[in-house]
Amino acid sequence: MANTDITSKTMDGMGPHGTVVGLLRVLGPAHVWALGVGIVLVGEYMGWNFAVGKGGAYAALIACWFAGILYTCVAMIDSEVTSTVAAAGGQYTQAKHIVGPLMAFNVGLYLTFAYTMLEAANAITAGYLIYVVSTMTGYAGELDQRPFIILVIMFLAWLNYRGVLATLTFNLVITAIAFVAILVLFLSTSGILGGGIMQHAALMEGHELPYGWIGVLAAMHFGLWYYLGIEGTTQAAEEVRSPARALPFGTLAGIMTLLIAATLTWYVCSGVLPWEFLGDGVNGSVAPLFDTARLSGSNALVWLLGIGTLFATLASANGCINDASRAWFAMGRDKYLPGWFGAVHPKFRTPYRSIIFLVPIALIFALGAPLDQVITFSILSGLLEYTFMPLNVILFRKKWPLNTIKRGYEHPFHPLPALVLLCLCGITFFAVFLGYGTQLIAMIGFYIVVSLWFHFWRYRFVNRGTQFTMPWPKPQGY
Amino acid sequence: MELWQLLEYAAWGISALLGLYMVADWLKTDTTYSEEVLTSSREGELEALTEEHRT
Repeated sequence: MANTDITSKTMDGMGPHGTVVGLLRVLGPAHVWALGVGIVLVGEYMGWNFAVGKGGAYAALIACWFAGILYTCVAMIDSEVTSTVAAAGGQYTQAKHIVGPLMAFNVGLYLTFAYTMLEAANAITAGYLIYVVSTMTGYAGELDQRPFIILVIMFLAWLNYRGVLATLTFNLVITAIAFVAILVLFLSTSGILGGGIMQHAALMEGHELPYGWIGVLAAMHFGLWYYLGIEGTTQAAEEVRSPARALPFGTLAGIMTLLIAATLTWYVCSGVLPWEFLGDGVNGSVAPLFDTARLSGSNALVWLLGIGTLFATLASANGCINDASRAWFAMGRDKYLPGWFGAVHPKFRTPYRSIIFLVPIALIFALGAPLDQVITFSILSGLLEYTFMPLNVILFRKKWPLNTIKRGYEHPFHPLPALVLLCLCGITFFAVFLGYGTQLIAMIGFYIVVSLWFHFWRYRFVNRGTQFTMPWPKPQGY
Repeated sequence: MELWQLLEYAAWGISALLGLYMVADWLKTDTTYSEEVLTSSREGELEALTEEHRT
């Protein structure tokens, strides 16, 4: 099978080969785009502005573009590897085939934790948004946010349980609306349509870099927020009709969308809101795009951006449930976790046990943990995952050079993107250490402990003989 | 009773219904199908299909 052509049209569709019930291949590039952008776009609506607090508005812009380079490397590397290793689990499956079982186990956990924590954070945010709406409509009592937090998680879990096509079509619609809302806000406030309200020069004069270059470095931590989650497109690999086409197309279109959305968001918000207010995401601007809309004086914009904020939050939580359950399912299927989790629903064709299992975990974190800790846990898991990617792609190109396996996409300038990604991850680890050193060390300690558990106990249950299913030639030097 | 209070109760109720639906369907599915069928999914079907085309 040395000359396997995964771009062949004959490879699309379900194949039996021992599988009675498998995941359903129904998704196209637009769903892949919706999955990736849907998870991320909430970061444009809230969260990125903490970068302004760390180093000022210009520092947030520099962080936005450097993080953009980091994630462009992630998207290119992911597009090449996942269009070739087209199976559920995404980076977990990549690690299993290219690096080894211990790395795969760790990456699988990074994925599950990053997405489940992000889902919990989104549910908390949705509850808060509904609380804000209740106060804006004049409700005199104190709204209990818990039923709305639970409803968000239960509704989206139910949607995921019932089928992937409806789940990601829903994501496509609400993500598109949230993205269009940002475009409309930019057009309406920048002076392109009607009168502009931008005051960049006045707002930034004397505050260019209030904390110097160390502020720029610190801003990198929250610079990730503009794009965190775009790598989630890979989890759709086993459910797209044509992985070789849809995954690179959806992922690269996704990162381009986010680069535009992130830059427009920075431009609009930093031109209207003073940096001290914008940078305080707790007591100042919790939802900067929404605050900008309020200052525009247009009720239509207030409604549009309010709806955009809620939709972005729901899309993110929805995509996170999809991705966390696929990673958990793939690990169960290979017996990295109990094989019970590797079940597929015979009617809905979804990993239903993994979806249900992760619901109470998300609920516990959404109802019992503070938002900043939940977000930090998610960011750190994501960062560990990005650090694995350069090593992964360098080994992939070394073991299976371009002429040995046909890829759906070949990323350019190798190994430059991998080395850039590795450097930027190092810088971001330092930035995170400045603000959340204790959590970083605690988390690395946690992964060391679970790695020992896997090595000394769990590995004996792994399906060692059947876990490598790709019909690839033996690696170079084997 | 105010609208927002009603919405709170509705959110509790709908959440409970959705949870019950998923648990009931999960139990029904597990008792209707054998474990071999439910866990028969294998990675790499795409490639497996090509192998079958080529042989």
